[in-house]
Amino acid sequence: MSLHIHRPHGHTVAQTLLALLCALLAMLFTFSLAGCNRVADAAPSSDHTAVPVRVPNDEIVGQEVAVLTEAPNVPPAITRTHATRVIVNLDVIEKTMRLADGVDYTMWTFGGSMPGRFIRVREGDQVELHLKNDKHSTMPHNIDLHAVTGPGGGAKSSLTIPGGESVFTFAALNPGLYVYHCATAPVPMHIANGMYGMILVEPKAGLPKVDREFYVMQSEFYTHGKFGEKGLQTLDMEKGIDERPTYVVFNGAVGSLTGDKALQAKVGERVRLFVGNGGPNLVSSFHVIGEVFDNVYTEGGTVASQHNVQTTLVPAGGSAVVEFGVEKPGDLILVDHSIFRAFNKGALGMLHVSGDDNAKVFASLKGLGGTH
Amino acid sequence: MRSLRLAALILLAAAQQASASGRLVARPVRLARRTASHAAQHMVMLPAGRYRPLYAPPGAERVAVAAFALDREPVTAGAFLAFVERHPEWRRDRVRRVFADARYLADWPAATDAGALGAQRRPVTQVSWFAARAYCASLGKRLPTVDEWEYAAAASERATDATADAAFRSRLLALYAGLGRQTAAAAFVNVYGVRAMHGVVWEWTLDFNSVVLDDDSRATGSGADARDRHLYCASAALGATDPSDYPAFLRHAVRAGLGARSSTSTVGFRCAADMVIS
Ligand SMILES: [Cu+2]
Repeated sequence: MSLHIHRPHGHTVAQTLLALLCALLAMLFTFSLAGCNRVADAAPSSDHTAVPVRVPNDEIVGQEVAVLTEAPNVPPAITRTHATRVIVNLDVIEKTMRLADGVDYTMWTFGGSMPGRFIRVREGDQVELHLKNDKHSTMPHNIDLHAVTGPGGGAKSSLTIPGGESVFTFAALNPGLYVYHCATAPVPMHIANGMYGMILVEPKAGLPKVDREFYVMQSEFYTHGKFGEKGLQTLDMEKGIDERPTYVVFNGAVGSLTGDKALQAKVGERVRLFVGNGGPNLVSSFHVIGEVFDNVYTEGGTVASQHNVQTTLVPAGGSAVVEFGVEKPGDLILVDHSIFRAFNKGALGMLHVSGDDNAKVFASLKGLGGTH
Repeated sequence: MRSLRLAALILLAAAQQASASGRLVARPVRLARRTASHAAQHMVMLPAGRYRPLYAPPGAERVAVAAFALDREPVTAGAFLAFVERHPEWRRDRVRRVFADARYLADWPAATDAGALGAQRRPVTQVSWFAARAYCASLGKRLPTVDEWEYAAAASERATDATADAAFRSRLLALYAGLGRQTAAAAFVNVYGVRAMHGVVWEWTLDFNSVVLDDDSRATGSGADARDRHLYCASAALGATDPSDYPAFLRHAVRAGLGARSSTSTVGFRCAADMVIS
């Protein structure tokens, strides 16, 4: 936005500046009040980006139970062309799981696997969320979905004791890729123990067709033992407060996307990664070694806002969607390019591309890995 | 012998209370009479003092707690079985649904069978607040208030208030994360002589949620707001006396999640009693 060129309705430069200043102050005020709640109220806007006050007015036809998937899988694209009532059954389960080889951690999960189950709905859907807390749980839990317009993103209506169930409904007003997480006090502890996942609200027009979709979510763990120290590890709160993670991982464990578990694609295919960041603290510099992102939907919004990107930021409690075609066989390496995290803390995954070589894309002419 | 020791304890508590309140003369203090013999065996006297609640009232970071008596250990399944036998209206097959949800004592083999002896020695769980309150009343006791419970729970083996001690906090978090993995018998005894305040079961308190005293917590309308005011998102840290006291947040959240009918596998209780100044 250029301040000095445009003079709508004959305002003076001073008037325009004053209006902008007021708008900025109003926005700051709104944010400080809103805290973690999303507000439906329109923020002051410029002429170019009118802010809608959304009203759920799609006719709801029928109902269905959402297919939820474990990472790295993503539920199938939605083919429906109408809004419906979507039942989401999410179970909170506290269970001891592998964090690294020989290292266990009692994870608090949405759905019994890490990260939480992937939820996929369509813009305009009426979502009925059933949050059950396993009867063997030690803690009450709730859920705050960043896709929700409503008190606490649902958290206020979903505090659930072990053995209990909470139900609330919300309209999927805004399309995009959103993080959800537990927001029970002390929130940092619930998130540090694994309580996050993602919900995709597909735009009504759907997403461009690709050949593969994957769910990748980064997060940190703060353990009393140092990296790789064997046995059952527990949360080191001091490290959490100091933001000194012991582990930074994709999909809940060191090695969850390597070896047999590497993501798979074929030469010539188009790949879409739904990338989330559960935090609790770090911002990810998400990068795929050996590729360039053709499209980045920055921060999980609905516009392919940037093309030809090497590394994209994924905020804690935020997301990004990246798309790229794979042109060359081999292993592409997913990293947080804050690179000590990849090298020493586990933030490393793999996408194995199989198929015919294409020397025009890349060829090594001389050196250790040379083609002769 | 026991009652002599109890009397001594009571006098001691009275003296401490008197000094805490600045009075010079110790006044005789005694428990309600029908509680006395039971108390000598099962209860511990806690002197008056102050503690720092997670959310303090305006203008006072520490609140006063009067001297009181508290059960040494959580109530066992065996003891609760005896209560149910004496008061059949609290059997799981006879209890009124407004007083306990469907999971009330559901882990017992039968309505008047709390399982093998080993199981009977464990703290009773899957009891509602109403049932816990009735149990205590049947012995001339009551549930401890949140203030009393937290005051007693602030103690480690050596200190009356260890809540600011990072090692103690860390230990509590580990205990909570493994809730139920340790038995009450193996749990530590704090400086007051109270055992198993942490990591065995969560415990009911009299005013676990301020709504419950106004209505019977079946209503969730106006109460829900007050109840979860501090419970979600980062706003929980607002107004907390110490945002790093994670164990206190966890206990707070547990209480907030409960309704008075809730009967869950992780919540038990112990009783308290007033010290009556005559
Ligand atoms: Cu939680």
